[in-house]
Amino acid sequence: MKTQSRRSFLKASALSGGGFMLGLYQDVFAGQKIKSSISNAIPVQFLESSNFNELNGFVKITADNVIKIMSPNPEGGQGVKTSMPMIVAEELDVDFTKIIIEQADLDTKHFTRQFIGGSQAIHQGYTALRMAGATARQMLREAAAQKWNVPVNEISTELGVLYHKNSGKLAKYGEMATTAAQIPVPRDVKLKEIKDFKIIGKSQRNVDLDKIVSGKPLFGIDTKVDGMLIAMIVHPPAMGLKFKAVQNESVVKKMKGIKDVFPIKIFNDDYEKTFFDTNQFNEVVAIVGSSTWEVMQAKKALKVSWDEQAAFSQNRNMNGRKMAEKIPTGLENSTDHTTKLAEGLLKPANIRRKDGDVENAFKNASKVIERTYNAPFLAHNCMEPMNFFAHVTDEKVSLSGPLQKPEFTEQALSTRLGIPLEKIDIKLTRLGGGFGRRSYAHWLIEAALISQKVKAPVKLIYTREDDMTAGIYRPSYSAKYRAALDANNNLIGFHVKVGGIPQTPLAPNRFPAGAVDNYLAEDFTIDTNITVGSYRAPHSNFMAAAEQSFLDEIAETAGKDPITFRLDLLKRAKDNPVGKNNDYDANRFIKVLELVKEKSNWESTKSLKKLGFSAYFCHDSYAAHVLDVEMKEGLPVVNKVFCAIDCGIVINPDAAKNMSEGGIVDAIGAAMYGKMAFSKGVPESNNFHNYRMIRHNEAPKAIEIHFVENTEKPTGMGEPAYPPVHAALANALYKATGKRLYSQPFSENL
Amino acid sequence: MAKYSLKINGKTQQVDVDPSTPILWVLRDHLNMPGTKFGCGMAQCGACTIHLDGNATRSCVLPVSAIGKSAITTIEGLSENGTHPVQKAWLEHDVAQCGYCQSGQIMSATALLKSNPKPTDEDIDNAMSGNICRCGTYLRIKEAIKTAANTSNAK
Ligand code: FES
Ligand code: FES
Repeated sequence: MKTQSRRSFLKASALSGGGFMLGLYQDVFAGQKIKSSISNAIPVQFLESSNFNELNGFVKITADNVIKIMSPNPEGGQGVKTSMPMIVAEELDVDFTKIIIEQADLDTKHFTRQFIGGSQAIHQGYTALRMAGATARQMLREAAAQKWNVPVNEISTELGVLYHKNSGKLAKYGEMATTAAQIPVPRDVKLKEIKDFKIIGKSQRNVDLDKIVSGKPLFGIDTKVDGMLIAMIVHPPAMGLKFKAVQNESVVKKMKGIKDVFPIKIFNDDYEKTFFDTNQFNEVVAIVGSSTWEVMQAKKALKVSWDEQAAFSQNRNMNGRKMAEKIPTGLENSTDHTTKLAEGLLKPANIRRKDGDVENAFKNASKVIERTYNAPFLAHNCMEPMNFFAHVTDEKVSLSGPLQKPEFTEQALSTRLGIPLEKIDIKLTRLGGGFGRRSYAHWLIEAALISQKVKAPVKLIYTREDDMTAGIYRPSYSAKYRAALDANNNLIGFHVKVGGIPQTPLAPNRFPAGAVDNYLAEDFTIDTNITVGSYRAPHSNFMAAAEQSFLDEIAETAGKDPITFRLDLLKRAKDNPVGKNNDYDANRFIKVLELVKEKSNWESTKSLKKLGFSAYFCHDSYAAHVLDVEMKEGLPVVNKVFCAIDCGIVINPDAAKNMSEGGIVDAIGAAMYGKMAFSKGVPESNNFHNYRMIRHNEAPKAIEIHFVENTEKPTGMGEPAYPPVHAALANALYKATGKRLYSQPFSENL
Repeated sequence: MAKYSLKINGKTQQVDVDPSTPILWVLRDHLNMPGTKFGCGMAQCGACTIHLDGNATRSCVLPVSAIGKSAITTIEGLSENGTHPVQKAWLEHDVAQCGYCQSGQIMSATALLKSNPKPTDEDIDNAMSGNICRCGTYLRIKEAIKTAANTSNAK
């Protein structure tokens, strides 16, 4: 039995939500507490007129027993609109299939961290969501106790019904809701024992699925209101260019259905950027008209001249801490990026962790292995292109659409428009994919500026070409790994030097740190005017690929089984860890490896099949994969994927499986085909005919997901299955082809 | 501009649009039917799949002037209340993640099953490889198609 004080509930509430993009700004945030804006007691009034009695920000019940649970975080396919309310419903003790679930608007009074990012929604929100349900239930019990004049501890609940055994009195929650809403928030509430969970751990179907399969409007791009205009933008054709002038404005304005053509400036010159404000194309041309097709025609006809963007530097305000950024001028080429990364690997870099005497270890080694791994920029390619609805008037700013970090974007918009936050409303629609891309919501500001100018409600839509060529890519990386083996093939030295354009992917305290006596991790960055942003499992998606491919090669050189080799290292890290700051729990890591080894029948099938293994820890979760791959007519076929994950308690098992399957398929696609190259600053791919995505026939034939069963607090789920895939695939392809793969995309190197 | 009389989901609808306007935008902008999605605009992703006389067709590259008397079916018209066997199979397998590609997937799948009620894995691969899902739900899509094939055949 757990009890928590009201104070700790409110504190916990402050943590509810999506967590804080740990992957992206892991260094900036190390050890910091984010200021929260929630400080008040449980709210009395919500921003809507209805007869719902609000028991707290999450739970609302009408007198006639309609029970509504608010889902605070944006839903982008990660399943939080189902799983977060499940947690509330568990403690509230209601029938999950008989309640209404509603997406909350951005509402900083009631919720914080209404984000998608870092796979943190459930991890951070777990306790607060349980408290929200438990507190509401307690208030309902107290209301019943008052009405029936019996002691509160004699009142039990079951599936939305209050019951007093001695008197036989029964009431639905709705009957007590009005009274309950007046009751002070209880100081202490009991949370359920894990063994008593009825909803958590039982698969519930995606709450929006009926709408999805019948084509009901759900997504931002589906928004339509009376008098709404359609807007599109034209941005510079190359990174490193900026807007100069529109050349044929009068011609385009006369085109059918076109209302206006004008440039807009996203941020003012003196604006101090924060986390998610982008560096790209600060000035773009807006075209506004009455229908999408007409605006698309005008977009094709528009002629714009461009200038070279001068170099600039700035200090980004990262929650008070300044982060210096230098953006160079020029039109960049992918070939130059490759050269610069290779040069960086030869130069001294920033030492991020050093254990023991690495130089000596390499000097005394019997064998030294050195390998370099490369990865290109990647485009996010959410299936729903970037879009946003805005209606800006002097009194009010109404916005609606798909975005991942509404609170940050709202602040940027408020500064840009000079309109206070109170006058800005942001409704969160379902996201047709996010993957990090929708954290950088310059398009929201664009939509608002366009609406302000044309004085009408506007829906801004990016074409696929805009979406793919407007910037915000997964950074490009290169890593050099070195390993020293002694005469008995023990790993005595490990050295990684890694660079990113323009961000470092290094997490220096992750495995195999802690498992090797002599360990050195260094990094460097290269400035660019190509804009980047977090991309599903930021940085981990590359580090896992490189490191786990390398470990496979070390194991082979040492003559050891690749899983046994890693298990031996993990056992070392568990029993006698090197250093103190190791990020991971070696014991939990070991169990995941053992689980996938067992489920894949590794021992008995490894000689028969082309199996590749890989494992990684990120977003507080552990994942390990075995891929069974063969080559057919020169093309790889993934026959089977075995996946083991430890993400603590699994809230919605089938949805978590779906998410993991998707992560595996998506990662195979990125590893095999993903690539965004640049030629004189121009993105070389602009639609799906020249940016290859994994397709139905290329997906694995079968995937088995196994969760480690434990009672650990739930951790990240949306991302952890993704990073280990690339290396498991590379390692399996090595078995199938005899060729090691060092550069993504693999399809170009097979 | 030109007037067109279109047979959509069993009803006749009038629109007055430029002849080059793709059906996708006629549906989304002019007829308030946003179930058919925009993904690429160049017949590469399948998000905009509709049926033209029962055949899966990419509506983003199909100008309204080319429709003539053909009958259009969209996801909204596939069934009343999501009761088509394919939709039911999608529910059973909890197929969607973000869901954006799924109406296109369902339209491709229903067209497949109509012409080929018992598709092999390879048939499914061939019919469904024009529909991209960034969320990676392909395995569930395949299972759902098989379930739908079985339930339809059982009837
Ligand atoms: S939008 Fe038509 S195929 Fe992509
Ligand atoms: S479910 Fe998201 S793109 Fe398919």
